Amino acid sequence: MSTRLSTFGRLIDRSVQVKFTFNGTWMRGHPGDTLASALLANDQMLVGRSFKYHRPRGIVASGAEEPNALVNLGKGPTFEPNQRATTTELYDGMTATSQNHWPSLDFDIGAINTHLSRVLPAGFYYKMFMYPRAFWKHVYEPFIRQSAGLGQAPKDRDADTYEHFYAFTDVLVIGGGIAGLQAAKSAAETGARVLLIEQTAHWGGRAMVDAQDAETVNGAPVDKYVDEITAQLSQMPNVTLRTRCMGAGIYDHGYVLAYERLRDHAPETPGPRHRLWRVRAGRVITATGAIERPLSFAGNDLPGVMLASALRDYVVNYGVSAGDRTVIATNNDDAYLTAILLKKAGLEVPRILDARPQGGGALMAEAQALGLRVDTGRAIAKVKGGRRVSKVQICAQAGEGGVLDEVACDAVAMSGGWSPVVHLWSHCGGKLLWDEGHAMFRPDVDNPPRSHDGAGFVACAGMANGAMTLDAVLHDAHDAGQAAAEATGHSPKRSKAPAATSCTAAPLAPVWLMPQGAKQELRAKTWLDFQNDVKVTDVQLAAQEGFESVEHTKRYTTLGMATDQGKLSNINGLAILSDALGQPIPATGTTTFRPPYTPISMGAIGGEARGDVFQPIRRTPMHDWHAANGAQSEPVGHWRRPYAYVRQGEDAHDAVMREVTNTRTHLGILDASTLGKLIVKGSDAGRFLDMLYTNVMSSLKPGRCRYGLMCSENGFLSDDGVVARIDEDTWLCHTTSGGADRIHGVMEEWLQTEWWDWKVYVANVTEQYAQIAVVGPNARKVLEKLGGMDVSAGTLSFMGWADGTIGGFDCRVYRISFSGELSYEIAVRASEGQAFWDALMAAGQAFGVMPYGTEALHIMRAEKGFIMIGDETDGTVIPQDLGLDWAISKKKEDYLGKRAQQRSHMIDPNRWKLVGLETIDGSVLPDGAYAVAPGMNANGQRNMIGRVTSTYHSPTLNKGIAMGLVHNGPGRRGEILEFPGTDGTNYKARIVSPVFYDPEGEKQNV
Amino acid sequence: MLILECPYCGVLADETELTPGGEAHLKRFGPGSSDEAFHGYLFERENPRGVHFERWRHSYGCGKWFHAARATDTLEVFGTYSAQVFDPPEEIRKKITAKRPGWTWKDLS
Repeated sequence: MSTRLSTFGRLIDRSVQVKFTFNGTWMRGHPGDTLASALLANDQMLVGRSFKYHRPRGIVASGAEEPNALVNLGKGPTFEPNQRATTTELYDGMTATSQNHWPSLDFDIGAINTHLSRVLPAGFYYKMFMYPRAFWKHVYEPFIRQSAGLGQAPKDRDADTYEHFYAFTDVLVIGGGIAGLQAAKSAAETGARVLLIEQTAHWGGRAMVDAQDAETVNGAPVDKYVDEITAQLSQMPNVTLRTRCMGAGIYDHGYVLAYERLRDHAPETPGPRHRLWRVRAGRVITATGAIERPLSFAGNDLPGVMLASALRDYVVNYGVSAGDRTVIATNNDDAYLTAILLKKAGLEVPRILDARPQGGGALMAEAQALGLRVDTGRAIAKVKGGRRVSKVQICAQAGEGGVLDEVACDAVAMSGGWSPVVHLWSHCGGKLLWDEGHAMFRPDVDNPPRSHDGAGFVACAGMANGAMTLDAVLHDAHDAGQAAAEATGHSPKRSKAPAATSCTAAPLAPVWLMPQGAKQELRAKTWLDFQNDVKVTDVQLAAQEGFESVEHTKRYTTLGMATDQGKLSNINGLAILSDALGQPIPATGTTTFRPPYTPISMGAIGGEARGDVFQPIRRTPMHDWHAANGAQSEPVGHWRRPYAYVRQGEDAHDAVMREVTNTRTHLGILDASTLGKLIVKGSDAGRFLDMLYTNVMSSLKPGRCRYGLMCSENGFLSDDGVVARIDEDTWLCHTTSGGADRIHGVMEEWLQTEWWDWKVYVANVTEQYAQIAVVGPNARKVLEKLGGMDVSAGTLSFMGWADGTIGGFDCRVYRISFSGELSYEIAVRASEGQAFWDALMAAGQAFGVMPYGTEALHIMRAEKGFIMIGDETDGTVIPQDLGLDWAISKKKEDYLGKRAQQRSHMIDPNRWKLVGLETIDGSVLPDGAYAVAPGMNANGQRNMIGRVTSTYHSPTLNKGIAMGLVHNGPGRRGEILEFPGTDGTNYKARIVSPVFYDPEGEKQNV
Repeated sequence: MLILECPYCGVLADETELTPGGEAHLKRFGPGSSDEAFHGYLFERENPRGVHFERWRHSYGCGKWFHAARATDTLEVFGTYSAQVFDPPEEIRKKITAKRPGWTWKDLS
């Protein structure tokens, strides 16, 4: 069993007890525990079920590399799945539950998959779910949806807050082990600004656990040196230290994301939960250490089989033993540290299996001197057990797995050597070298990630750089710190790396499969990836089936996917793949390392940008009035525009109908301030606008307005609006509400990058004016009542504009109409917008004034057959499709989009064209519905001949009206089309003219 | 996240301040051009692993368009320059040659 020891436990406070629940059972731990150490202390080795076969899984590691111990944490608004127990600090009242099991952790029905594993090989899903086709939708997908995924998505809104933090530093050091501390110190001594971050709550890293009695730094024990250097750094004003802060990703030009967990360990503390650091660093040093590799032997996934280094961590840091009798399997000297430690802690180590024929060096001798039995050239043939290891079968490493001996035990410590944590180095393009001696990939210092000046901006230090002894680690870190400081303009003093004594180790022997010639039945129980249930045979099968690229093998077998991204499995997996392909490991290479290093919370990525501050809202000068007068708003670009002003006893539909009718019969006013207003000025402005619009703007007379269309260079309609010529060299271009900034950008782009010798300036004055549309048969009356300028038909005719005053307000009045009614759009200073609106409302009472919203605007424009950008257009529609040929100049040599509109597909007579649609029974067509014709297309779908682009109930005509694009539409006037709705109804509509109301245009021109 | 120096206002701008504008030094083809020339102008773009010339806009700064010469493989920036030229300036081309002898891009080298 696993249990709490009475000795060791340097990180825990035994004087205080902390209570927590796991799957509803109350357990106890101490402050300083991780959830994993506390679970082990409570003899809870079984923590989850594997993804595919639902095999029992226990804790394997003690840090970020843990693949198995993923739990659901918290409840309701603080619920979070997939939290690693090994990096979760225990607090009082924690609730944790295991994942991926049903109905319970101890008895799981899905575990039957393990007996089916022979028929569930690599690529099973790809092969199985192809046929029969109909099964995918009705059988396979529902089944997979139910069983797929680790953990569950939270259902409640996240109750916590998060923040972003921007930081600039000369040198960023990632990793607070002894290498990171030394690198930070050596850099900081030059005066450089240094930021040092460490993902755990403690400084010193593995050195605090693994330093041997004989090892010293500057004559002092290693832990004393760590304390000393940490104290020195905390006193330096140019150094910032952060624990619980992980380097998540390294990006272009020294940009780094770090993930600080502020109160995951103390949820009652006020303030943000996570902080995302957005760092710009001159140089980055990654002192991220190394991760121990598992060994590949049959049954290596059983609970109780753990990394040798993790067993040490649990004993030294938390005073927890993972088992009473531990068998050690290794190919290097490090595992002897575990054996010696366990022995000293009073635990049994019945056997050390060293795969190397000659065994190890000084540490082996030390273990033997303690009376431990070492079998060299030996391997694990198979680990036996159910929910926990019960015994180990021993064989020769050189053989096929013939069992020589059996040893009862309840834990197995495995060590397959170390892999430097090169993830961060690789994120932004750092290359790797294969180090034959240590059988590991380490950074290729000649090919670092490069910054804007071509120099490398990342350096690795310590074990992350392949330095494997204490002395080498400290020298490497010192050099890295000084070089980084120098590269950021600081002169290093002539200081030396601290003098360290290191113990030497016998060389490691690469062991990728145990035993070397393991038979099929053993390989089929030998796990590479514990989280994703990938076995040696799966990778071999993938290679056999032609998935030779490591990236293909990853995706075919799921090796190295999901939350741990193969931190334990990748090297072992690609060694097996290389062997299967008969090529050396570096020829196979690694899969791509991508940020983040371990998963970071979505909350941290979002930061403060949620709720009301997710996106800024633009407000017109009359915004508050609308809100106070029943407006239901809708987003238009970044604006919120009134959809309709809903009165008591009405629903939104009623309000819209009332607004349309009142505007058509009396008087409506609309807040049109959101319309884009761009001033285009200069001696070449006319020439410029002739290029931008499809029609001619240079011939417009001052005092007149013209409707214009803008296309992109590939011919598609992109915006429309009314252009007014203000004076000889000034035009004012109205754009759509959502398009003002975009069109301003388009104008600037052409002026700056193509016609830079043209004398034109553009200013976006959208927000300088409040603009109000005064619409309806009584429009002129209300303006005349307010008094000021002459707005009679004789003086201010349709499509004219004039400056003047109305009701004492300075204004510019455009006689333009988007409704088909007599209409004036009146611009006043933004600061006077509300007052002018109030004046219109007051004066309009006698004429039946009502404000109207965007939906009434849409209906009135549809009744008139006016197109709306974004409804009738979708980026594939040209003006000719919409019957707008009258607005396209035939005379102009050139305009944006003209050449594209001559391409063969654009002049194809089979293009769908704009028509009006009128339902036979007066009902409203569903938006986006397709018109179908007899027969099927090549994909077995109904032939489609058109679609609905705008559809409304018209209160004016008291029936459903719509616009749509239909194949050969204008030529099919009178034909009845079928539109199958998603509700099962077959809608029928007749093709009519798109102008439903006042086709002669008499009402707007009075 | 790239840092590019805006040649107009001199600011070292983060990529979040900038808008990418695709390949630089395109020649516009309008009415009267052949289908092939127009297709090339509209759709065909360089996609090099190495030296590249790009258009950028300092959108959340001075608003100016400019050109950048950089390496797509190492992210090294050789320089930024005015958008109002037909070819990269001699000085930038020399700089690239010094670091990447034998480079080519379209008909430049």
